[in-house]
Amino acid sequence: MSEYRTVVGLEVHVQLLTISKLFCGCSVTFGQPPNSAVCPVCLGMPGVLPVMNQKAFELALRAALALNCQIAPYTKWDRKNYYYPDLPKNFQISQYDLPFSFEGYLDIPASLDQPSKRVGLFRAHLEEDAGKSMHDESGQGGSTKVDLNRAGTPLLEIVSKPEIHSAEDARAYLEELRLLLKEAGISDCEMQEGSLRCDANVNIHIPQADGSFIATPIVEVKNLNSFRAVERSIRYEAMRQMEQYQKDGKKMGEVSKCTAGWDDARGVTIVQRRKEEASDYRYFPEPDLAPIRITAEMLERAKASLGELPHQARARLQADFGLGIYDADLLVRMGRAITAYFEKVVSAGADAKSACNWVANQVLTTLNESKSTIDQYPLTPGILAGLVVEVQKSGLNMQRAREVYGAMLADGVDAKTAIQKLGFVAVADEAALAEMIRKAMAANPKAVSDFKAGKIKAADSLKGAVMKETKGMAKADLLQKILLDELNKV
Amino acid sequence: MSSPLAERPVRELKGLLDSGAITSETLVIDCLVHISQRNPAIHAFLRVNPEAALAQAKAIDLKRKTGQAIGLLSGIPIALKDNICTKGLTTTCSSKILEHFIPPYNATVVEKIISADGIPIGKTNLDEFAMGSSTENSAFGSTRNPWDLDRIPGGSSGGSAAAVAGSLVPLALGSDTGGSIRQPASFCGINGLKPSYGRVSRYGLVAFSSSLDQIGPFSNDLFGTALLLQAIAGHDSKDTTSINQSVPTYLEELDQPIPSLRIGIAKEFFATGLDSEVEKAIQDALMVFKSLGAKVVDVSLPHSPHAIATYYLVATAEASSNLARFDGMHYGHRSKEKSSLIDTYCNSRGEGFGPEVKRRIMLGTYALSSGYIDAYYAKALGVRRLILNDFNNAFETCDVIIGPTAPTAAFKWGEKSSDPLAMYLSDIYTIGCNLAGIAGISIPCGFTTKGLPIGLQLQSASLTESKLLRAARMFENITPWHTKRSPTFS
Amino acid sequence: MSLTADQVRWVAHLSRLKLSEAEVAQMTPQLASIVGYVDQLQKINTEGVKPLYHALEQVNVFRPDALGTSLSPEEALANAPERLGNFFQVPAVLD
Repeated sequence: MSEYRTVVGLEVHVQLLTISKLFCGCSVTFGQPPNSAVCPVCLGMPGVLPVMNQKAFELALRAALALNCQIAPYTKWDRKNYYYPDLPKNFQISQYDLPFSFEGYLDIPASLDQPSKRVGLFRAHLEEDAGKSMHDESGQGGSTKVDLNRAGTPLLEIVSKPEIHSAEDARAYLEELRLLLKEAGISDCEMQEGSLRCDANVNIHIPQADGSFIATPIVEVKNLNSFRAVERSIRYEAMRQMEQYQKDGKKMGEVSKCTAGWDDARGVTIVQRRKEEASDYRYFPEPDLAPIRITAEMLERAKASLGELPHQARARLQADFGLGIYDADLLVRMGRAITAYFEKVVSAGADAKSACNWVANQVLTTLNESKSTIDQYPLTPGILAGLVVEVQKSGLNMQRAREVYGAMLADGVDAKTAIQKLGFVAVADEAALAEMIRKAMAANPKAVSDFKAGKIKAADSLKGAVMKETKGMAKADLLQKILLDELNKV
Repeated sequence: MSSPLAERPVRELKGLLDSGAITSETLVIDCLVHISQRNPAIHAFLRVNPEAALAQAKAIDLKRKTGQAIGLLSGIPIALKDNICTKGLTTTCSSKILEHFIPPYNATVVEKIISADGIPIGKTNLDEFAMGSSTENSAFGSTRNPWDLDRIPGGSSGGSAAAVAGSLVPLALGSDTGGSIRQPASFCGINGLKPSYGRVSRYGLVAFSSSLDQIGPFSNDLFGTALLLQAIAGHDSKDTTSINQSVPTYLEELDQPIPSLRIGIAKEFFATGLDSEVEKAIQDALMVFKSLGAKVVDVSLPHSPHAIATYYLVATAEASSNLARFDGMHYGHRSKEKSSLIDTYCNSRGEGFGPEVKRRIMLGTYALSSGYIDAYYAKALGVRRLILNDFNNAFETCDVIIGPTAPTAAFKWGEKSSDPLAMYLSDIYTIGCNLAGIAGISIPCGFTTKGLPIGLQLQSASLTESKLLRAARMFENITPWHTKRSPTFS
Repeated sequence: MSLTADQVRWVAHLSRLKLSEAEVAQMTPQLASIVGYVDQLQKINTEGVKPLYHALEQVNVFRPDALGTSLSPEEALANAPERLGNFFQVPAVLD
């Protein structure tokens, strides 16, 4: 099979973090009993009128700025007319020719393996969600049941350009988008609750001998409910298109764009052979809503509300704290609150790299186990910094250090007290350590000869023997130094 | 048989109620009696709500007896066009598709009427979804003109106009999208006011054309017109398109004549097709104004001949989308034929809508459809701007523009119902007002030799209802036309 | 511009209106005459004229993000032609 280039554009819908719907005061809380968060407005009853939720627009504007979009000075709402039972008015209030934002980008962050990659965005616009239709087999011939709780929920649609070139990048793009929107308080982006949904437009470019390429017809893959599904479905779909092309040779433009569903259980995309019916949405300006003129003040407010965005935080953590790409990213992905905690631990005296390790490992584990957030975490940054400093000073190994940490949490004491209470006193007497090492060397001559033969690892068993004798309390760096000295003497 | 209390001018009725000379209960009972006697011949009301009306009247009488403050409307019964939603009371828009629809909420105007101690007494007939000029397009039978039962009362608010003209009720609300208050007021010899767009909340008015619809009052005198406008006007946070400006004191200002009133006369309102008796009555009215010291100026509305074409594109385009929600999915008529989803849509709507509604939905869909939207809908919006500019220019030199409300007096039943375009052309003088969003009123100004009422239309700039009412009141004060009552039932 | 019966059928489909052949036959000339009438607008020069979508040219009308009163499922479903528990029941949606 010849090589091909995957081309992906993602259409992402995120639910904005409002408490009420886009045009009425019904709650947007997930998981309410069917048809209990509805009113005449979102039911599309005769005579009702929509009124725009200010917070929804502000969040949308914030998102557009976070996504480096250009902001239109004037924007309006349009009706997209189509009939569907979960769309009570049989039109969706959306934005057509004058979206409030356009031409932005999102950078997939650099990792240890690859540099940062920029993905262009066509536009981001605000629109209302539809309700939920569920097929029901209980009746004769089956019917569909409709819950309109979700109808009218504010959604931001973010449309990327087809500038994503692998399934992994698609996933990385989505993860970065999710992090950005969560961090800026725009959306909680819970895929399993539907507050982040993704459709992928996929095709492939097949290089030809003359340097040109052939593009296959675009397929829109829907029903992607997890990051994993996005990644797998794109990989699968690209492969399927290659096989399809080899079978029928159809190129882009020769068949109409079609949609496909993703069957997660079977791991396949299922192309839906749709009737060849051109849709005619008959867009026109929504006469029940006023357009918006975006003022300098609105923009200023939105900018001020952005806070530090993930790419800014990564850069700062690297520059100010000397962290590497990996650690900086690790912290940023844990969120602003944990990053701030980390910074306080460092300013309380801990070394940045160690502080990062502690926060990313022990602190995160504690939070996950207790299902709590950093503001509920019992150890103050100062106390945790104390532990980091004590561990370094005393040379406790990691296992002992974790025991100290456990005691601090259990008894609410600081590191010094916990170490005392546990009776952990590091063995730092050079003569005593040297004696123990010599004993271990005598007991294990093979390790010594192996080491001499160049097997550096062989020293570990000698170290282990000393640790065993000191119950893990030998000061690790000192032990290492003396061990090498003793081995060199042989 | 005693003559109905509703025959008395509203000014007098309010005086009688406020002084305690009659009770609200007496007035409601009197109206109910006359409705039961006269409605079978006129068919103005589709349904009355006697229990609720009487209960409310008694409560108001009790408040009055115990010295509590009474609202502006003093316990006067008011008829509501059946496209205004009433909580718990069937609201049909004279359409089979909503035959059994019971709104779970009140229109804002209904809330305002109730809080001002007005009594919604029943729902009146209309052309289905307010689409028509004769009230012949009702799924529940047509309404007759109280002045001549062989003639139509005008439309689409024919039921409300006939209810007031036949003295079934002192006051009524209608809606006006292209003349639907003013034209029936003219045909029925009463006052009918279309307020400026945005002056009265549309929340709860079943939308025909969102950018044109406006609710307004019918009354047998201008005092009643001003009274009811006072009660319903004002900003509504549920209606984005309602104007957030304080409401003038129409009632207090009503009897203050306008010194050096400037009357605009547009030659376009005296074009071919204008009945000579109507023209004579308008010329006579102009003499009356001159005798009051008004200055007459010529104004030009050069684009007004294109108002009907513009209107039938804008209004039907919006209507095609507004009426999409009537599909039998969540409320309203659903076809009994067991079929697929798409056939259920088509059957329910095919069975539920009458021919005129279907025609207008078709025209509007066509005007918005791909390939035609620029030639029709977009073009019409350009002409709409030119029509607005014409009015703005005219109001630079005059206070009110006067002319005929309709080219003829009430026509006969069935006369134009087979020719939709001929019916549309009867709205020639009233439509510009809606396209421009300005205020307009029709007041009685004479009779034809056959004894049919003739209406004089006055139009003034947006939000100048007070000026409009005062100018009309100057005429009413020295003419007898508003005191005439239909001889049909005497 | 003239209007054909096929166009009328297509627009009826877009409008989700079932029209009998008799209705199509009746409506085609009626719509054609209305379309012929509104064609008068083509003669008007609207170049450079800003379209007037709305008589009221106001901007920036918002409501605060606050909870209002919702209906109970009973009230929401009171007018439903068919229901299944607390859901609206509609003919099967087949994708």
